[in-house]
Amino acid sequence: MLDEGILKTEERAAITLRTLYSRYGYQPYKMSKFEEYDLYARNKDFLVSDSVITFTDTTGKLMALKPDVTLSIIKNYKDEPGVTQRVYYNENVYRVSDETHQYKEILQTGLECMGEIDFFNLCEVLRLAVESLRSLSGEFVLEISHMGILSGLLNSADVDKAFIEQISMLIADKNAHEIPRVCEQFDVPQALCDKLVRFVGVYGSRDKVLAELESLCEGEEMEAALQQLKDLSAELDGWKDASRIRFDFSLVNDMRYYDGIVFQGYVENIPDVILTGGQYDRLMKRMGRKSGAIGFALYLDLLDSFLSERTTYDVDIILLYDDDADLTLLNEMVSTYIKKGLTVSVQKQAPEKMSCRQLVRFNNKGVEILETND
Amino acid sequence: MKQMINVALPKGRLGEKVYSMFEAAGYECPSIREKNRKLIFENEETGVRYFWVKPSDVAIYVERGAADIGVAGKDILEEYRPNVYELLDLKTGVCKMMVAARSDFHDDHSKTLRVATKFVNIARNYYAGKSRDIDIIKLNGSIEIAPILGLSDVIVDIVETGTTLKENDLQVYEDIFPISARLIANKSSFQFKTEQMEELVASLKKQVEEA
Repeated sequence: MLDEGILKTEERAAITLRTLYSRYGYQPYKMSKFEEYDLYARNKDFLVSDSVITFTDTTGKLMALKPDVTLSIIKNYKDEPGVTQRVYYNENVYRVSDETHQYKEILQTGLECMGEIDFFNLCEVLRLAVESLRSLSGEFVLEISHMGILSGLLNSADVDKAFIEQISMLIADKNAHEIPRVCEQFDVPQALCDKLVRFVGVYGSRDKVLAELESLCEGEEMEAALQQLKDLSAELDGWKDASRIRFDFSLVNDMRYYDGIVFQGYVENIPDVILTGGQYDRLMKRMGRKSGAIGFALYLDLLDSFLSERTTYDVDIILLYDDDADLTLLNEMVSTYIKKGLTVSVQKQAPEKMSCRQLVRFNNKGVEILETND
Repeated sequence: MKQMINVALPKGRLGEKVYSMFEAAGYECPSIREKNRKLIFENEETGVRYFWVKPSDVAIYVERGAADIGVAGKDILEEYRPNVYELLDLKTGVCKMMVAARSDFHDDHSKTLRVATKFVNIARNYYAGKSRDIDIIKLNGSIEIAPILGLSDVIVDIVETGTTLKENDLQVYEDIFPISARLIANKSSFQFKTEQMEELVASLKKQVEEA
């Protein structure tokens, strides 16, 4: 007998998501908390934060507490032509929080789909992302971007790496007003500068975005990306909650790892991104794999902080007894409460900081109600 | 029903100036002008709720979603790099982030440069970009006194008119970046109140252009 009420919001979500992913043939993937540090040193820029907790194991090898799950999954992946490998996980990762600059344990749930990624796989992963968000809240938004658009735009002119870095940051902040200043600093042609300023304003409903992109796209890379977005949009039109799936190019991921579709999800009343994902064929190639891959992760701890209601009482009943109590009768009393679906804490004295709906004293005849807080 | 937009304004002169811009843009909230100790003011008709917070805290309120939008100086945004959208330059509260030193200062590159500042991250990034070895001295106020007393070689600070510098025989040595008040928004709130926020940005933009 499982009382669902006892589950924390994040635990309930984790179970729902596990059921969802298994239905689509995703296999659970369990891994060790530790990983050789070398794996992260080689792919440092892929990590969200630079700092990794390291320690030396008994053989003198430098180890790390996992800051990321995807790299470990790729490490253990073997190319198998024609086969798509699907895995999901529910793991703790260790990262430095941007706000507190302290290490934090973060519960991450996610999935990876690896193999020759085609349109079907892409839609499957996006569908699961949408369903994951919907299972958390009806009020959600999934934003989709394509790295090929910005990369095509920037590669159309011979620009500096530092310029790309600064512009990517401004685009991520929807900051159009500072683009001209940065363009001037790097001596970038006016035409590109104007395009970048316009590009910041390209977000929102898919049809609107596609129409605006038409006039911005030039060159093979951008055209190909635009075509992929058009195909995707046509498919998404038929989905439930289609209007909640939008295009937004302020979503910029590292171009060294991501090259196709990237996406992130928001849920109302949670101030942070709760789901992030994308296609990372370039990372696979860097790690010597021929296949492509696409996946996403959800940060379930956010649910606990923002969506779950605070409990008003620690227990329903605090049951006080003294040394003269008949323990068999006391036990029966406890059972009676539990059968009613109430929670009971049996105490000799009411703990100062424990709150309850009812404080009762047990005497061998029954109970006397001392305090009712409802 | 119209959703309320929560706006964090910086306490002080800049905040009052910015509120006037919101007011002129059609987001008035008359109770804010009343003299009392209230901290939160709302006008259901216009759909806005204002609150005053310490200028350096605005970005935190917005990043953590307690405010949907807010107004913060570019200095604060560069120092703390909050994960927010920066939607508009309000072109008010204009000043500059600068390196200043005594007028007889000579930069000896063979030595570590001692830098006094309130803006530790800005100073660190600026000199890292120049590959310069520095010793940061974090101060909380009266930064100008540091080079006069020999505590530091230079200071990294905000300069508005330059009067304080001049009166203390200091001068601007290098410009780092221009500062003005910026309209920032929480990235998640923006997804759920998009139209309202876009409307607000457009009305404020008109105010900025007309000014």
